[in-house]
Amino acid sequence: MKILAVCGMGLGSGLLLRMQAEKALRQLGIDADLEVADIGSARAMAQTADLILTSNELAEQLGKVKPRVVTISNFVDLKEMVEKLRAALVKT
Amino acid sequence: MGGRCESGMVERDLHVDARADDAPWIREVTSTSASTEQARPRLSALLPIAAIRLRIPAMDWRAAVRASGEALVAAGITTPAYTDQMIATVEQLGPYIVIAPGIALAHARPSEAVLRPGLSWVTLAQPVRFGHKDNDPVTLIVGLAAPDSSSHVQGLATLAELLEDPTRRAALMAANTPRDVLGVITEYERRDVRGVGRG
Repeated sequence: MKILAVCGMGLGSGLLLRMQAEKALRQLGIDADLEVADIGSARAMAQTADLILTSNELAEQLGKVKPRVVTISNFVDLKEMVEKLRAALVKT
Repeated sequence: MGGRCESGMVERDLHVDARADDAPWIREVTSTSASTEQARPRLSALLPIAAIRLRIPAMDWRAAVRASGEALVAAGITTPAYTDQMIATVEQLGPYIVIAPGIALAHARPSEAVLRPGLSWVTLAQPVRFGHKDNDPVTLIVGLAAPDSSSHVQGLATLAELLEDPTRRAALMAANTPRDVLGVITEYERRDVRGVGRG
């Protein structure tokens, strides 16, 4: 499973997303590759990703992509990340 | 348990290499794992006291981002050109830098305007709106300057942990002096090192 964290520059909010997602996936017991992409290269990198993590704003700019897009509102709220990843990844 | 699809993993390295020529920072981002973060400067080392400014008046988001850029310049982290680049980032990509309720992470791409990795911390006298759907208005602007995509990883991780913790976040927002802000940070870092707990 490959998860792509998409942000504007590939080094600020995207890094935060990746770090929070790592913690959340540990909690959920899910193994995944996490990568960071800036919005400019995200569409190309999305081709090989299974899930995209980004903000609402950038999800709109990203437009339609193949993988499921999960948007995060509060990047420092681990609970939000866990809940949204659980909903997207864990079959109930 | 997950692991539904492994196909992406095989292509990962090839894909990253293909991107590396026109986007050299991507290679570094993807090769940075949690285990390498220990070698990165800690938050207190990235945030000089000269880059902390409290209750600054700002009439709009531009003034707020400008204040955060000026704090980076004052601490010798960036040249003034970086401040304009941070503002241009929001103009081009929108208010996505508002990463949590009340908090903006202002930054731009690595460039010649970045002299060394570092952060600034600016709180506003009056909150301003960035136009973000969920997280407006903003009271804290963290300015981020990075010469690459990895030197600030540890500092950013600590920052996220501090801001996620309601007690520490409140202590940071209530701080009256730059020294108080650093005090909350260094106290947390000491706990972290001793392994007493992560808040």
